[in-house]
Amino acid sequence: MNDEILNGVLLDEDCMLTLGELSRACAMHAEWVMELVDEGILEPRGTEMARWQFAAPALHRARTVLHLQRDLGINLSGAALALELLDEIQDLRQQLYRLNSSC
Amino acid sequence: MEFEDYYEVMGVKRDATQDEIKRAYRKLARKYHPDVSKEADAEEKFKRLGEAYEVLKDPEKRAAYDQLGKNWKAGQDFNPPPDWDAGFEFSGGGYTGAGGDSQAYSDFFESLFGRGGGGFSSAGARQREFHMRGQDHHAKVLIDLEDAYQGATRNITLQVPEVDASGHVITRQRTLKVRIPKGVKQGQQIRLAGQGAPGVGQGGSGDLYLEIEFKPHPFYRVEGRDVYLELPVAPWEAALGGKVKVPTPSGVLDLKIPPNSTSGRKMRLKGKGIPGKKAGDFYVQLKIVLPPADSEKAKAFYEKMKQELPFNPRAALGV
Repeated sequence: MNDEILNGVLLDEDCMLTLGELSRACAMHAEWVMELVDEGILEPRGTEMARWQFAAPALHRARTVLHLQRDLGINLSGAALALELLDEIQDLRQQLYRLNSSC
Repeated sequence: MEFEDYYEVMGVKRDATQDEIKRAYRKLARKYHPDVSKEADAEEKFKRLGEAYEVLKDPEKRAAYDQLGKNWKAGQDFNPPPDWDAGFEFSGGGYTGAGGDSQAYSDFFESLFGRGGGGFSSAGARQREFHMRGQDHHAKVLIDLEDAYQGATRNITLQVPEVDASGHVITRQRTLKVRIPKGVKQGQQIRLAGQGAPGVGQGGSGDLYLEIEFKPHPFYRVEGRDVYLELPVAPWEAALGGKVKVPTPSGVLDLKIPPNSTSGRKMRLKGKGIPGKKAGDFYVQLKIVLPPADSEKAKAFYEKMKQELPFNPRAALGV
């Protein structure tokens, strides 16, 4: 094993990904990412496509869509719906936890 | 190696039709999909399911498996008999990769059906002067909440498929030492440039993305950069106020409780959440805990309170 300690780049709130970086990290074509934008799943900053900037959480969202498409045969609008419902479930779980712990 | 009963994994009878198998897969895949399911071992179950489906959905693989599997039970020690697959032609073909990114099949599966895709002949590629950047890889890294406060280094072991000299795909273990920077949040990604799959020809290596996941903590709860703790206090601490000790991931702090605090009172320790450009806050919620009346002395004390404190906890209810 190499003992060198690797320092990565933390993709935090300020870190933005380009269309190229995002497509590459999903191993998909840029056209696929563009479809996600058309569907409203991802909301890039910038009007010109060549200058699109995606906030770091877009990577997680895009990869979740990819898995849902690949593994479950869900189409894009279905995946968009699933993502919204997953977010909602997450919020509800947090609320439930808060309620349980304050009793 | 243990025998895997793929029918059991998919919850179907041995004489299930191909349609029934497909339906069972769809249903279970939705249930155990790691991006959707909250079950602890969803990832493992989903992988086994994908593997079972890979075999049972393909009539030829299924026939071979049936021929082999009549007398086996799940969990039995297993080695494939020689030439068990004679007469079947499925070697190397038709892998859909139902298991998602993790293309690694179990030893049991590989002993029967070989390895799935992934990797291509690098020799052939080189002849044609083919250049391609290596794939980006993704992995999760589990850390403690304390690591997010202080930063840490973690050893990360990855299974890397590689093509050996004779053209076979082998899995190699690769261990990396990675610095986890201070201030990371659940779900954030760390990009390690050039640590993904090697490229072909003059194409550079891909990147490795590590997704941060916190191990569940017995008493802290995390939301973004804010950290929550339910703090037990004695009735007299809540009633009289005073200083109590509070554990935080960055060490023990003193917290001043105002007199007449009620159970459920929330207090904020500003900036004591996960550090960052905009540090999170640490929230303490008081929980009044009664000392048990389990001795004569304690009982006498409660009795005295009953006599001397004019207190009706149900006054607001009008009774």
